[in-house]
Order: sequence, then C-alpha cells, then structure tokens
Amino acid sequence: MGKTLLQKVWDLHKVRTLPTGQTQLFIGLHLIHEVTTPQAFDALRQRGWTVARPDRTFATVDHIVPTRQRQRPFIDVLAEDMIASLERNTSDFGVPLYDIGDERQGIVHVIGPELGLTQPGMTIACGDSHTSTHGAFGAVAFGIGTSQVRDVLATQCIALEPLKVRRIRVTGQLPRGVYAKDVILTVIQRLGVGGGNGYAYEYGGDAIERMSMDERMTVCNMSIEGGARVGYVNPDETTFQYMEGRPFAPQGEAFGRAKAWWRSTASDRDASYDDEVEIRAAELTPVVTWGVNPGQSIGVKGRVPGASGADAQVSDALAYMGLTAGQPIAGMKIDVAFIGSCTNGRLSDLQEAARIVRGHHVASGVKALVVPGSVSVQKAAEREGLDATFREAGFEWRDAGCSMCLGMNPDKLEGNQVCAASSNRNFKGRQGSPTGRTLLMSPAMVAAAAITGVVTDVRELVDEVPAGVR
Amino acid sequence: MGAEKIQVIEGRALPLRGDDMDTDRIMPARFLKSVTFEGLQAHVFEDDRLAAARAGQVHPFDDPRFQGASILLANRNYGAGSSREHAPQGLRRWGIGAVVAESFAEIFFGNSLMIGLACVTASPQDVAALMSLVERTPNATLTVDLQAGTCQAPGMTVAISIPGHVRDMLMTGAWDTTGLLLDNYEQVNAVAAKLPYLTGF
Ligand code: SF4
Repeated sequence: MGKTLLQKVWDLHKVRTLPTGQTQLFIGLHLIHEVTTPQAFDALRQRGWTVARPDRTFATVDHIVPTRQRQRPFIDVLAEDMIASLERNTSDFGVPLYDIGDERQGIVHVIGPELGLTQPGMTIACGDSHTSTHGAFGAVAFGIGTSQVRDVLATQCIALEPLKVRRIRVTGQLPRGVYAKDVILTVIQRLGVGGGNGYAYEYGGDAIERMSMDERMTVCNMSIEGGARVGYVNPDETTFQYMEGRPFAPQGEAFGRAKAWWRSTASDRDASYDDEVEIRAAELTPVVTWGVNPGQSIGVKGRVPGASGADAQVSDALAYMGLTAGQPIAGMKIDVAFIGSCTNGRLSDLQEAARIVRGHHVASGVKALVVPGSVSVQKAAEREGLDATFREAGFEWRDAGCSMCLGMNPDKLEGNQVCAASSNRNFKGRQGSPTGRTLLMSPAMVAAAAITGVVTDVRELVDEVPAGVR
Repeated sequence: MGAEKIQVIEGRALPLRGDDMDTDRIMPARFLKSVTFEGLQAHVFEDDRLAAARAGQVHPFDDPRFQGASILLANRNYGAGSSREHAPQGLRRWGIGAVVAESFAEIFFGNSLMIGLACVTASPQDVAALMSLVERTPNATLTVDLQAGTCQAPGMTVAISIPGHVRDMLMTGAWDTTGLLLDNYEQVNAVAAKLPYLTGF
C-alpha cells in the first residue's frame, strides 16, 4: 500500500511519539510576523530560552503595516509598538527580518514561496491560519497559535495529532471566467466550513495539475476556510519550474538532486485516502459569497437562499448583509473594491484584474484599491505598467501588506459598507468595521464589480475573458 | 514541568447559540494590536455585544445572569477561522474554564489545550438541552467532569467526549508541552540531520 505525501512528510519529520500520544514533529521552516509573536518571545525571555533554529526562522511585517505613508514611526502608535517589538525580538534572538523598506517584505504567505523558502517535502508552521498556502508546493504547512509559536521557537518542534487525508479531485476543463478562487469557494460551499476538521486536503485531478503555482496557492490558501488546517498539491514539473533560481532554492547540480527528492515525497499512485471527493470543473461558475462565512456562497447568477423555512443561521447572515431572501446576488451595490491578500494578491491576480479594468473606469462612489501581496509583486507589476492601468482606471495603488483583508491597519471599511474582496474571509466585522460587509470573489470579479459598481458576472462585462486556468 | 491539573470544571454556564462562531467574532482583530494578552477579557465578542445592544437585545456575555460563568455552551464548529490565540486567551481570562460544544475548529481546539482551556463535545441534543436548562435557570451549577466523561446539571447528566490523550494532558497537568519538546534535543538533531533540505541536497 502506497503512502500519501502527508504520511511521508509526517514520517520524515517525526521525532517521536510523546507520552501524551501526540507526535513530536520537527518543523523545517518557521515563518513569523508581528501580530502573533510578541507574547511568544516574552515567554522565551522569561524562561531563559533561546531560539533553537534561527537559521530556519524568518520574519516579516504584513498584518498591521500601513500601505501608504510608511515612514517611521508609524502614525498608529500601537502598530509602531508591535513592529518595534518584532525588530527587537528578531535582533535579540538572531532571526532574519524582512522589514519595511526591504525588497523582500510582504505578506508572509506570499514571500515564503517567492524567496524559495517554501519547498516540497517540508513541514512549515506560522502563527497564521493561512499557512496552508504553502501546501501548494507539496509542503505540509499549517497555522499555529502563539503558545505553539513559542514551542517552535524554543524547540523547532510541535506536538500534533495525526491528520486524515481527503483527496479532492477537480476534473475537466474550467469554463471561461472561472478561476482558482471559484474552485476553492465551491469546495468550501460543498463540504462545509467545518467539513475539513481533522483532515488535510490533497488537491488533485487534471484541473489542478494544469494550474500555475499562483493558482494552486489560491486553492490551498483557503483550505482552512473549509476547516482543513492543511491543504496541499503534489509537487510536479510546474512546482520545480517555479522553484528554479529562487534565492533560497538549491542551485546548480543540487537542484537536480532536490527535484528527485521532492518528487519522491509526492503521494504514491496506490496511496489510500480516508475520503475522496470529485468536483467537475465544467459545472463551475464564478462564485460570490452572500453571507458571513466563506461557505455561504452561490454562483453569480444565483439567488441568495432562505426564501422559506430558512434556519436561524441563514436569516442572521441575510440580516447582517442587508439581503432579502431569494434576491439575486448580481446587481448588489458595492462601496469598496479590494484586490489583494495572501489569497489573491500575487502578480497573476493583478494581471488578470488589470485586463478587466483596462479601458474602463471605477464606478462613481466606489473606492477601489489594489494592494500587492509583496514588494516583489509590486515591483514586477510596476515594471509591466499595471500600476498605471489601475491608477488610470481610478484604483488606488498601494504598498504591500495584508491591508483590508483584516483591517488592522488604516485600510478599513466604514460603517456597513459593502466590499467586493479578493481576500478569504467574510466574517462579521472582518474588514475592520464591526458592521462592514464582505463579498468574496475572484480578483477578476472584483475588478468587474469595481467598474460597474454592482456585483457583476465578469463573463458578461468583457467579451474576451481569458480562460481561468490555462 | 507541571502545569495546573484540570480535572473538574464547576460553575455556572453561559449559553451562546450559533454555529461556526469564528475567532474574528470572539476577538475582533483590532484587539490583537498589542504585545500582551492582558486585558483581552474586556473585548470578548465585543462587536456582537455592541450589535446586540444596538438592536435592543442583550448578548449572553453582557447578560447579568451569566456573569461569572465558567462554562461556555456552544454549537457546531466553534472557533472557526483565524489562528489567533487571542480568542481562547480572552475567554480564559474572562473566566471560562471549559467549553462544551457540538464540535470545534481544530486550531482553536489546539490553542485552547495549550492554555489549559478544556474543550469537550456533546451531542447536539444534549447541548440544546443544557442551553435551555441554563436559560431557564441561570443559577444552575454545571460540572464538567473529565474523568467521568460527563457534564452534570441539576436533573440531568450528559455524556461529553474529549480525545483520550487530551483528557490525560489536562488531568495530569501535562498540557504545557514545551517541556516535553525541549526534553530530547539529540533526537531532534538526528531527524534534522536526515533532511536533505537542511543538509544541502
Ligand atoms: S492577507 Fe489576510 S488572511 Fe492573509 S495573512 Fe494577511 S491577514 Fe491573514
């Protein structure tokens, strides 16, 4: 009987079974940021511990950084405090930091892959639930809390329960205008926001195999929104091509040897799974969320549920969103359009959105902003003139960070504004206003909504919508 | 390294109805902007509480009848979403010692264990029964007994479940795992020495 990638990577990194019954798992790469680490470093200081593997720990700032006016000290004293604390902690404990002003700064899940830190066959932990993003490379990557960050800092290990594996096969050709974001929103809608508890999601099937690394990252990123702490794609030529030449990737002949090892970590053909699900790509449409969790979504042509006998959760969500049961989602007015985040803030996302906005202008009364996922994405986009495209169309072009994905910096919704967002969470209050409303969708759909001012089927806006997955 | 042994959690309960209660709601992101966990108890469910107040309702966390409760009753997939430990930290600091829910999101469950907050599950029917009982008689004392695997309330005893090793960790005070992990650095180095991405392919 063959093994899954999860089992192989688990076995390679297993130190021992703890007396508690959990596995002590070695962590190959620990990524840290300003929000979930100060208390962990404090605990280290109190107990007189050091960072076990500063060479395997990398820090950046993303969650609270302003996306304009980045001169220090920041206007927001609390934000300044947190950044200063990370600067002090990383310097005291010898951890590299990609700070504001560094070419390598950006959202932790964007820069890990970009720098080649993220590699197949690794275990990766970060105090952030979207660490599942790195699974796109065939790493076993998961989010942890601050006490676990402390453990990983002090020991480079974590105590964890083994996971089951659900294989999700996406088969066939994705229709025009349907993107990786629509695939994962559909997975979450079908399996439920808690459906992945206890599971790692392995994404496969020909539609996934044809996806670029950016697209695979979008899919793996939102695994956690389906309750799966880990999501991954088996590494293949697409993965290796992306890796080649990255600063932290093996170079020269070592790269060839690395490829062979990476390939060996992929799931065996005869691996057995705890569960299997198939999604037929041809059935998919552009998806929009209508509610207050990422599973509450419908096709852009659909109507919001709840016409009769709705459960309390549906009516509560509709009330919060200001929607009427049975209303079509298309045509819902938006106030803000946000393109960015670790889900869809990479270069190909911005390229796709730019293709939609070119030659159009943001609807009056709509505030639209593009926040690149990293400085490197920003620079690459600027080299292609995407900043000008967006600016001419009336978008604001910002500096890299999490921004309006969670509204911990000055980019927040106000009051009960409705935001078309390329990010990953539509929880109540998520975008920084306690009554703000979020509609999740692909970056192309956000671009379309920005132009028309209402939720719009991107396939109707422009004749030439490129195929989502090439 | 011994942490507190958690075997029985006894006290009044607070019923919080709703599935998929996410950690953004339990602890809105703006309260994460701090270098300590201190004071988080003041902000548990802050936005939901404000929204309830605006609608002329009383959120359970503001309801005078439930102040001082130590057991939280919740529904399905409690603690979904963000990995912020600030969510269980806030609840713990507010005074919650155990959460009885239909099910939990995994990261929340793990984070809670790390700080000695007991998360146990019960059937939807039993959770519903406990919630109605507490809503009728807020002064009722509930007892979550990890050894017996029960939650007792006046006139009823319901079965709770918790993975065996989690129960043992809480009951023996072994939930603070850093000590265990620090224990055997030789073995850790041996694992690292076999990983080609560390040794240089
Ligand atoms: S972009 Fe959003 S989801 Fe991603 S790491 Fe930042 S805050 Fe978290």
